[in-house]
Amino acid sequence: MMKLRDTSELEKYRKTHLERRDAGRRWISLCVGTGCIATGAGRVAAALRRELEKANLKDVQVKETGCPGFCERGPLMVIHPQGILYQNVKPENAADIVKRTLKGGEVIPELVYVDPSTDQRVELEKDIPFYSKQKRLILSNNPLVDPTSVEDYFAIGGYAALGKVLNGMTPAQVIDEIKRAGLRGRGGAGFPTGVKWETTRRAHGRVKYVVCNADEGDPGAFMNRSVLEGNPHSVLEGMMIGAFAIGAREGYIYVRNEYPLAVKNATLAVQQARELGLLGTNILGSRFDFDINIVRGAGAFVCGEETALMASIEGKKGVPRQRPPFPSEEGLWGRPTNINNVETWANVPLIINKGAEWYSTIGSPSSKGTKIFALVGKIRNTGLVEVPLGTKLSDIIYGIGGGVPGDRKLKAVQCGGPSGGMISAEHIDVPVDYEGLKKYGAMMGSGGLVVMDDSTCMVDIAKYFLKFLLEESCGKCTTCREGIERMLELVTKITEGKATMEDLGLLEELATIVQESTMCGLGNTAPNPVLTTLRYFRPEYEEHIKQKRCQAGVCRALITYWIDPKKCTGCGACAKKCPEGAITGRKKEAHTIDAKKCIRCGVCQTTCKFGAVWRR
Amino acid sequence: MQMGETGVRERRALRPPEEPAESRIDEIIEKYGGERRWLINILFEIQTEYRYLPRKALEYLSQRMDIPLIDIFGIATFYKAFTLQPRGQHTVTVCLGTACHVRGSTDVLEELQRELRVRPGQTTPDQEFSLETVNCLGCCAQGPMVVVDEEYHGQMTPAKVKPLLSAASKKV
Repeated sequence: MMKLRDTSELEKYRKTHLERRDAGRRWISLCVGTGCIATGAGRVAAALRRELEKANLKDVQVKETGCPGFCERGPLMVIHPQGILYQNVKPENAADIVKRTLKGGEVIPELVYVDPSTDQRVELEKDIPFYSKQKRLILSNNPLVDPTSVEDYFAIGGYAALGKVLNGMTPAQVIDEIKRAGLRGRGGAGFPTGVKWETTRRAHGRVKYVVCNADEGDPGAFMNRSVLEGNPHSVLEGMMIGAFAIGAREGYIYVRNEYPLAVKNATLAVQQARELGLLGTNILGSRFDFDINIVRGAGAFVCGEETALMASIEGKKGVPRQRPPFPSEEGLWGRPTNINNVETWANVPLIINKGAEWYSTIGSPSSKGTKIFALVGKIRNTGLVEVPLGTKLSDIIYGIGGGVPGDRKLKAVQCGGPSGGMISAEHIDVPVDYEGLKKYGAMMGSGGLVVMDDSTCMVDIAKYFLKFLLEESCGKCTTCREGIERMLELVTKITEGKATMEDLGLLEELATIVQESTMCGLGNTAPNPVLTTLRYFRPEYEEHIKQKRCQAGVCRALITYWIDPKKCTGCGACAKKCPEGAITGRKKEAHTIDAKKCIRCGVCQTTCKFGAVWRR
Repeated sequence: MQMGETGVRERRALRPPEEPAESRIDEIIEKYGGERRWLINILFEIQTEYRYLPRKALEYLSQRMDIPLIDIFGIATFYKAFTLQPRGQHTVTVCLGTACHVRGSTDVLEELQRELRVRPGQTTPDQEFSLETVNCLGCCAQGPMVVVDEEYHGQMTPAKVKPLLSAASKKV
């Protein structure tokens, strides 16, 4: 690769790559993000290449791209230029796709999406309600680029924003643009990005750093993974622009260890940018020097907290420290440091390219732009969803997500990971932005939306999060370390039917104390799952305590399994599977479960083909 | 919990963990210029080499890099990705993220515990399987998710556990 010496060379480089591409050419965009890989996208790609070779269709390119978001239907494939979407593609389908669609020009009906609400087949990607109801500014690029190809990024207009900045904008102008756009941090707290940049720029000292937080620890959130994995150059470009505005010469991307593909693609992108001279010294002849290092996390949730993250980059234990001083004053190795997360950085080139005025027309009065949400749990269309901030939660859940599957009822939506909270079904019309969610005790967090139906027990969920946080607490503050453990004890007592109403009072008191007396974000927000479930689902807690009943049938100590003698055929399948040998009965006669031996693992229920095992 | 009698695996001969070679550790330190800030990466590479962090390797590292052994142990035990116990031939990781949890990952984990007769963080006595849990892999759409070595398996159920383990057993 040649080094680009100035912005005119950058544009020339783009032009030569665009000229090589014919707009009407045929190509296939195949998602090979971690989600689709899990459902066999790698094998689909290989099969497709084999079949294309066999059919001698050399002009059709198979592009292995990042995640377009519709993970539920993976492996996903879009055939261009028509834009036909095939879902749940298997390697066996490859021959058919080549023969019928690419050669014959026919759409294969079995592979297209069927809208469950209308039972209509939808052939084109753009017509699928899941996509058509979104506003995809960031995610829309994922299926267009091969994350390992910098040329692809150039072809969609990549690094034009960097060129614009280095070709005449001053740092103050860049900061002003970001401020006027109204961009706020996408990592959770929603701090205005431009203000943060300005503070770091103004901070004393010559050595400054920029950091990209890709330690997306919130379970149920994977938008940062998808962006860094699917379009790493967009994050690099954002960081370059930020570093220029702030006056930093070194940047770090801190990626969690659980995202190996993101680490790989980001590392490659940095190498490519260095080869092109977009990282290094005197970038594009502007006398701006900047380089990026990739640091891999090692599996600690607390490292998503900015001060812990910086400690980890320094090669230490990821333990948070007291703020102030904020990182913008004293960060990495005591120098002013600006930390933003992946999605925030990815928004920067967009703002520079299209302007602050355009950007600020999207979103709600207080929260501008779009936000990517991870829609997961008990929802029909699981995946990544990008909508303008301020969109009603109900539009996301029903309009895009397709609602709860089966004939179950929506119970609540958990927002913002372990530190977030519940939005109960009755408040489903809340506009999703930083302030809207806060009003109901939840928070945006990184944007995970875990949908729960009536088979989810709220006390169990509170227990789940407490367990999670207990494991992840770094142990520095007593109230966090001990407080979470005591809260977990109390909640466990409730799920076992051993608690009294006084315990509930104690739980609430403890939650408030932990909230008020811990140092970092993890501890401050640790009681949120308990407090918000209590706020909206107190009767459920009381039912566990007073009636010793778990309506959702989740809390093991409060449920029993029994076999319906009318339905049981006596096949013995459950008895064979039961790990405790608790099921007995003669062949071809109804079996019974010994409640004393039963550990309520539910294996018998999943084994029974006749629906004879019940839970109550 | 009492373990059932349904283990699928035959016992294999105990394979002694490899003795760490000082020259290999020197190479790793060299690669990072011996800089303290790359300690976590250095530990990662040592772990890749031996599938765990051998005590001897850490002692040598402490001496070579002039970092107190207690600090190295502090880091090795703080981060979940590191283990001081030899890992098995295959690592089975169960995702316990929220999305997987509401879709029944606990049942999958319990079935794995029954089959392998170990708890999360432990390795079977024949050194074949290590059982691990993780808080989220970010493939929530396909949950419950189980990763065997580097292969992802989505939509897991307790019933799929046994075939998954025997398939892994055949691969070396």
